[in-house]
Amino acid sequence: MLPLTDLELEAIRLSLRVAFWSVTCSLPFGIGAAFLLARTRFPGKSLLDGLIHLPLVIPPVVVGYMLLLLMGRRGPIGGWLHDALGITVIFTWQGAALAAAVMGFPLMVRAMRLSLEAVDRRLEQAARTLGAGRFDTFRSVTLPLMAPGILTGLVLAFARSLGEFGATITFVSNIPGQTRTIPVAIYTLTQTPDGDAAALRLCIIAVILALIALILSEWLARRLRTQLGN
Amino acid sequence: MLTLRANHRLGDFHLKLDISVPSRGVTALFGRSGAGKSSVVNLLAGLLQPDDGYVKVAGTVLFDSANGLSVPPEQRRLGYVFQEGRLFPHLSVRGNLLFGHRRIASAERRIGVDDVVALLDIGPLLDRRPRDLSGGEKQRVAIGRALLANPKLLLMDEPLASLDAARKNEIIPFIEKLRDGFGIPIVYVTHDLNEIVRLADRVVLMSNGASVFTGSVEELVSRLDMAEVMDHPEAEAVIAAHVADHDDAFGLTRLVLPGAELQVRRMALAPGAPVRVRIRARDVAVALSAPTGISVLNVLPVRIHDIVDRREQCLLRLALDDTTGPFLWAGITARSRHDLDLRAGNRVYALIKAVAVEGSSGGAEPETAAAIR
Repeated sequence: MLPLTDLELEAIRLSLRVAFWSVTCSLPFGIGAAFLLARTRFPGKSLLDGLIHLPLVIPPVVVGYMLLLLMGRRGPIGGWLHDALGITVIFTWQGAALAAAVMGFPLMVRAMRLSLEAVDRRLEQAARTLGAGRFDTFRSVTLPLMAPGILTGLVLAFARSLGEFGATITFVSNIPGQTRTIPVAIYTLTQTPDGDAAALRLCIIAVILALIALILSEWLARRLRTQLGN
Repeated sequence: MLTLRANHRLGDFHLKLDISVPSRGVTALFGRSGAGKSSVVNLLAGLLQPDDGYVKVAGTVLFDSANGLSVPPEQRRLGYVFQEGRLFPHLSVRGNLLFGHRRIASAERRIGVDDVVALLDIGPLLDRRPRDLSGGEKQRVAIGRALLANPKLLLMDEPLASLDAARKNEIIPFIEKLRDGFGIPIVYVTHDLNEIVRLADRVVLMSNGASVFTGSVEELVSRLDMAEVMDHPEAEAVIAAHVADHDDAFGLTRLVLPGAELQVRRMALAPGAPVRVRIRARDVAVALSAPTGISVLNVLPVRIHDIVDRREQCLLRLALDDTTGPFLWAGITARSRHDLDLRAGNRVYALIKAVAVEGSSGGAEPETAAAIR
């Protein structure tokens, strides 16, 4: 099977880069959304909950198309980004990361919300009586206790990003070196005469990558749980 | 002073408090479970906001609904030892101890880590995780953690309730050292009268969300009308005393109390050490004349103050001296009362069959000497 071809290496590198940045950039928003959903009450909360979970239930193509409408050069957000900051996201790997982030967000928030709900609030009270303010308490007690859930959320979103196809191809198309991630590359190969063998190789690579991510996270989660005394 | 006025509704439960006690020594909050004791502590700590109220501790107003003032818990500087410890599972014992210590200005760190570690004897535990500690060890670490935040007042919410009797006896001396060694006032929640007799300088008795009594332990125990509220139906007397001297030949210690002397089993306390004696009504008999030829050591001349009829028993309130001084209870049958024709004002002799002594001293090692016959 080895060595990998340049085309395969390019797709792997791109997929990892897209997944890494999509997960990294959505992490603070994921924690923020989990906090809003688990700890606060406000009008329109169920609407926010629904919006966050929407990518789980609607066709990825729809997400990609909505991103295209919003973030395209003439779209309300994309137009502003382009005119004011000179940033273009469509047809770039950053756009692919954005599509992957939106698709992985509900999985990330779900895991983090569950872990936040499981945090014993009496420990937070204890921290307050010991002189830690609200934010200090969140940083020094709540976040460490949430760590296994945060890790789970990150891995789920990462895996989801590696596999993202529908929203990506709709939003940022299929550009080698920019937006042709592993799934897009597999799709391209299956559309090419004599591409079957190459497609199969990429499929195996995708499975191996996903397995490595899962095993790594299992190992990390076990270490974290031991630290927390469960 | 510690002043707490609060009106608060928690579902069906109505908290209506007006408490004012000196903020020094140990103030015990006593009462059955569900009386609202923990709510009082949470109000002080700022973990519970009353609908309206006023909280002032050692000259600082912490809550005043009239002026919209509420100091957040982290700025109140009140240490809190929770019933369940509430140690942070993600930190080592050392990390737990330093949690509050790190968050105060170094100029305010009067209490040092080494002192606390030595006092609570937790040196060997420092690198362990809370999950590897026994219940008693957890509670000691929790006390140390609260102490190292250098609080102006220490709140202890039934710190011994989750421990078995042996563990309790392991922790109580540490609390005594804390009280005597660091001079931090303590508010101590408990439903156990033994802990109160051993530790408390004053008691606030709670019932159904209200404080129904504030005063000394001795006075509280003498109040038969509080027996129901205290969940302690047995009449007994708690009297402050001090050690006079020891009789080594017979292994006895002589205690002096207002208007009387008692001999108890030899105690390891220096002369002058304050103690509290507990004498149950059923351990006291009375005689019309000074008896001779009996084995009971403690026979005190007393005056019958009044007689309380109580179910199948008659309780005699016996004054040790002619003033309002301390009282003993004697539990006798209605038959005996009739046969001896006992009336208020009679002078009789109290035969004390058993005395429990609880050290309430500073410094010296307290102990319990039971059942001297």
